[in-house]
Amino acid sequence: MSIAVRPPAPLSLARLGLRAGLIAAMAALAAFPLLNMLPADNALHVSDFLVSVTGKWICYAILALSLDLAWGYAGILSLGHGAFFALGGYAMGMHLMRLIGPRGVYGHPVLPDFMVFLGYRELPWYWLGFDHFAFALLMIVLVPGLLAFLLGFLCFRSRITGVYLSIITQAMTYALMLAFFRNDMGFGGNNGFTDFKELLGMPLNTSGARASLFYASLIALVGCYLLCRWITGTKYGRVLTAIRDAESRVRFLGYSVTSHKLFAFVLSAMMAGLAGALYVPQVGIINPGEFSPSNSIEAVIWVAVGGRGTLVGALLGAFTVNGLKTWLTSAAPDLWLFVLGGLFVAVTLFLPRGLIGLLQKVQK
Amino acid sequence: MTKTFRITRRAALLGAAGALAAPGIKPSFAQSAPIKVGVLHSLSGTMAISETALRDTVLMMVEWQNSRGGIGGRHLEAVVVDPASNWPLFAEKARELLQVHKVDVTFGCWTSVSRKSVLPVFEELNGLLFYPVQYEGEEESKNIFYTGAAPNQQAIPAVEYLMSADGGEAKRIALLGTDYVYPRTTNRILRAFLNSKGISDADIMEEYTPFGHSDWQGIVSRVKRFAGEGKKTAIVSTINGDANVPFYRELGNQGVKAEDIPSVAFSVGEEELAGIDTKPLVGHLAAWNYFMSVESTVNTEFKNLWQAYIKNPRRVTNDPMEATFTGFKMWAQAVAQAGTTTVDAVRTAIIGQKVDAPCGYTEEMHANHHLSKPVMIGEVQENGQFNIVWKTPNAIPAENWSPFIPENANRRR
Amino acid sequence: MKRIALLFLLLTLALPARAQDTFVAALPGLGGNFSSQVEAAERLGTLGDPRAIPALRALSDGRLLRRADGSLVIREANTLTDAATGAPVQPDSAELARININNRVRVALRGALGRLQLVSPDPAERLAAAEAVFRTRSAENIPLLEAAVARERLSHIRDRMALALAASRTVSNDAEAKRAGIAALGASSSPDARAVLLEARAQNADLTGEIDAAVAAIDTRLAIRRGVETAFQGLSLGSVLLLAALGLAVTFGVMGVINMAHGEFVMLGAYTTYAVQELCRGTPWLLPWALPLSVPAAFLVAAACGATLERGLIRHLYGRPLETLLMTFGVGMMIQQAVRLAFGAQNREVLSPVWMQGTLLLPLDIPVTQNRVWILCFSLVVLLLVVAAIRFTRFGLEMRAVTQRRPVAAAMGIRTGRVDSLTFAFGSGIAGIAGVALSQIDNVSPNLGTGYIIDSFLVVVFGGVGSLAGALIGAFGLGIINKVMEPWVGAVLAKVVVLVAIMLFIQRRPRGLFAQKGRAAEA
Repeated sequence: MSIAVRPPAPLSLARLGLRAGLIAAMAALAAFPLLNMLPADNALHVSDFLVSVTGKWICYAILALSLDLAWGYAGILSLGHGAFFALGGYAMGMHLMRLIGPRGVYGHPVLPDFMVFLGYRELPWYWLGFDHFAFALLMIVLVPGLLAFLLGFLCFRSRITGVYLSIITQAMTYALMLAFFRNDMGFGGNNGFTDFKELLGMPLNTSGARASLFYASLIALVGCYLLCRWITGTKYGRVLTAIRDAESRVRFLGYSVTSHKLFAFVLSAMMAGLAGALYVPQVGIINPGEFSPSNSIEAVIWVAVGGRGTLVGALLGAFTVNGLKTWLTSAAPDLWLFVLGGLFVAVTLFLPRGLIGLLQKVQK
Repeated sequence: MTKTFRITRRAALLGAAGALAAPGIKPSFAQSAPIKVGVLHSLSGTMAISETALRDTVLMMVEWQNSRGGIGGRHLEAVVVDPASNWPLFAEKARELLQVHKVDVTFGCWTSVSRKSVLPVFEELNGLLFYPVQYEGEEESKNIFYTGAAPNQQAIPAVEYLMSADGGEAKRIALLGTDYVYPRTTNRILRAFLNSKGISDADIMEEYTPFGHSDWQGIVSRVKRFAGEGKKTAIVSTINGDANVPFYRELGNQGVKAEDIPSVAFSVGEEELAGIDTKPLVGHLAAWNYFMSVESTVNTEFKNLWQAYIKNPRRVTNDPMEATFTGFKMWAQAVAQAGTTTVDAVRTAIIGQKVDAPCGYTEEMHANHHLSKPVMIGEVQENGQFNIVWKTPNAIPAENWSPFIPENANRRR
Repeated sequence: MKRIALLFLLLTLALPARAQDTFVAALPGLGGNFSSQVEAAERLGTLGDPRAIPALRALSDGRLLRRADGSLVIREANTLTDAATGAPVQPDSAELARININNRVRVALRGALGRLQLVSPDPAERLAAAEAVFRTRSAENIPLLEAAVARERLSHIRDRMALALAASRTVSNDAEAKRAGIAALGASSSPDARAVLLEARAQNADLTGEIDAAVAAIDTRLAIRRGVETAFQGLSLGSVLLLAALGLAVTFGVMGVINMAHGEFVMLGAYTTYAVQELCRGTPWLLPWALPLSVPAAFLVAAACGATLERGLIRHLYGRPLETLLMTFGVGMMIQQAVRLAFGAQNREVLSPVWMQGTLLLPLDIPVTQNRVWILCFSLVVLLLVVAAIRFTRFGLEMRAVTQRRPVAAAMGIRTGRVDSLTFAFGSGIAGIAGVALSQIDNVSPNLGTGYIIDSFLVVVFGGVGSLAGALIGAFGLGIINKVMEPWVGAVLAKVVVLVAIMLFIQRRPRGLFAQKGRAAEA
């Protein structure tokens, strides 16, 4: 691993600037739904579209944050984090599907529409309980966490690292994608879940619901950020960074590398699951495409673009890349892949520490 | 051109006259702001292969309409976005088209999942979407107009044909499909239909493969085995886009001849055949509502328009392109008649609109937001075109809620 | 005109006038609607007049045209002949309409042609005829077939005719003939014979015992065949995986570079095949050679792209495999979109040469598809060449030296940078060659490569990074396991199960089947 250990820098001017910038950015984000209420001709008006799309980016930012914890601090390059994100999303989606109740097109009191036309007679056992929000919330973190625990336990124990681990995680998300594409799985196949009606009693297609989801995501983002910051600042965090940089040495020093990495990986997967759960009601669909390996790689690229191992960088990367993508898929529908692909190449070649590295350099 | 598009012009005149005559409605044509037409088709990713041609079709129609002075003197302007075969991105782009670009109408989507993804957005923001692809039905939205076929306009007539004397009197059916909702639903409907025709479940084979499946050896030899049980067998294929080329290659190479085991496909058109050597496949069938080989004046106009627009005299046309073409003209007529692009007005005005479609029939928009369409069965020919061997005498109305799905029994029709 | 033609015929041909009448009378039916076409074809078949052959064949090939007066004309390359008289016709194409047929007509034509061609001097035609008559199976054919079997000298054609005879006997009215037919069919190992038996079973309640015994006899023979067939399908899938993974085994296995754009190099190879074919279209004698010519072309194109990528970008990221992974992902995105803009998003048609079409019968009547056989052999040849290149050439020696101990190799005077470029170009070139093979079984579209990248990585990791033998065993092993499982659990679940199995396997043996030992393994 080539990234040098960053010295625990004193509160330099640059860091202060970054922190102020971060707080300002969060505050600006928090004001978005309020500014949305201004009349449309006001200069400060934020459009509905921008609010909804920013809400989505915030979820991506949480995913990026979780990846940064695993990759930037623990050195686990997971190319399957999209799977945890999607599993969280599916858990939320199942809850939302149960809440539709008899309002589906077939009017069945319990079964979602896709089960009705696939000829299901009763709800599969793994759908039970999802009508309760608390249970769904539990599953949102538990399912990804459990999968991460299993995979991590097996991999870290047999000391699979680096590229091998990346390929295995990629195979995992690919296998899950294929499995979820099957209609026989009882998760709606390729179409996944759509046409959600309400969450916690709020109809989803109102700006009030969007604002609430927006704030929920923002709070989750800030919460996750603070949690990650705290963790990376503790002794545990230092050991984690040490593992990233020289795994064998840390092992020889008597630390349990497996359990340290496992904790970080599981926590990261849970955060990704939470991000997915917040994402689904905002975009209105969850389907197996979220498991596709390229989605996971893209998420890693957000972190790389922003600057890995900095937490703020992950946020910056997620917002930058997704902002560009939203803008360019309309502004240059034929050429956006060149711009984005070129950005990935340029960042890995010229900005090994990402945009944050560039910012720090400029500030100095 | 004058002759072919007569109806359009008459409708436009009528519409304009109506708009002027009605005192309450101020013709908004007076404003010269362009009419915005959203184009929501994937230009990258897995669906680009099918959807780019539809993007070009919409752009062609916009250009064509503008060359005729737009609609009611207003110029048309296309807004193209790339949802990149990514379903959540479809929803985002739909919202962007409606809220940021404020489009008056959108033409878009290919897969059912993309339509399901944008449906809540169009309903929430009261937009207008024209969906041009054949699909599984079981849906109805006040904001979506379906210009492709419902199952009764494609699947059931095709299977009836296979069971007829001309189609080979099939007694055993292999249902092969890509594992997603359109094949699943269509095959469920077909199974119920076949059962009602006295074909038992033992004589039906159903198999699903993932998207882009490329290794068909096992399945084709299983179909051959299934066919070797002493009853005339036919294949009904709902295999989607990309997987068709390897599937047909395998059929050809394993010597499955149309005389012995005919296959009928619902998702294979001229565009898909353009990637295959069709000599070994002569006689296999496809069911659509339009083939490029249809002989009609409107079709000649359509083909010429397309090949001139794309600057390639060998480019083919296909059914979803025709559905886009017809849908666009229907929308243009409705706007002309309503005298405005307001969604609610257009939605009312479009019901009952008739268009002479390239398929050679007059298609009508019904109150269920679906078109009446003729059904045609075509045989693959050596040149990659279809030879139409059977067609319905009239355009038939769509049943988007299939009577073969028991849960629809108590639905009001 | 017709009358003159008839007169002419009567004068020139020494055939009974009655047959003349019926032949000429039946012929125009071929130009009617589907039902009259079927009727006419069956009639012409029973008449046994060989002059019907050209017309029937022309109709089934779409070369039979109808004049405004209803008479029929055969188009042969550039000449037109009257179907009834064989006399040349002036091309006045304005009034000639092509006659369309459907599957029912095709079946009737096949049967009629079969009857007429059983006595053809051309063995290929006789074989096709035997095949056709087998499918028609009508009791009327029995005497014809008995005569044909007696006359036939070539044993494989005779066997086929005997089978057709047996099949026809099952539909005769004579119980003894039926029994004989059933016994003869039961002695074969043909799935078609089995189908005929099952069909007969539905109609002959009194013979079920005999038929069931015959079917059971065929089934035991077919069971072995199916096993071999499944194994072949597995090997074939494995050969595709092997081709896709070989290039990766070089770039990833030997150099440790993770190239996510590997699939795009495969795709470039397929597009090169298309481009070469289009170039050859101008010169007809070259067209059959387009595919063989594509192999070196695809290698060069992909290798050139690989070398550019290595020199331009990857070189700067050595020792940072994960960053390389991300960067090449970006490169892959760009290549894909560039191809999409250059060639269009639609599939491109790559023709299969004649020698790659159709089915080949191995001993024991095991059918295998030609293109898959070729690809299987091709993948093994490519593997051998790669092994030879690494083992026996100067470049291979230097490559191994650099892989094992870079500083020492450099100290020995090897230009390691150049070797890196060449190795990467070599691996990319092999990916291009894989593209040539894949163009024969898959879509040639910009998405071609994406479907293979994950599988290739798994093959390499499963087999053991850096081991070509591992790639071989890995690819074929995965292919066979996949195909054996497919009938039970379906294609999707088979793949999922294989993926999970590999993941678990790697937990047990993190370095794969053929683990590299020594320093290289520590990379």
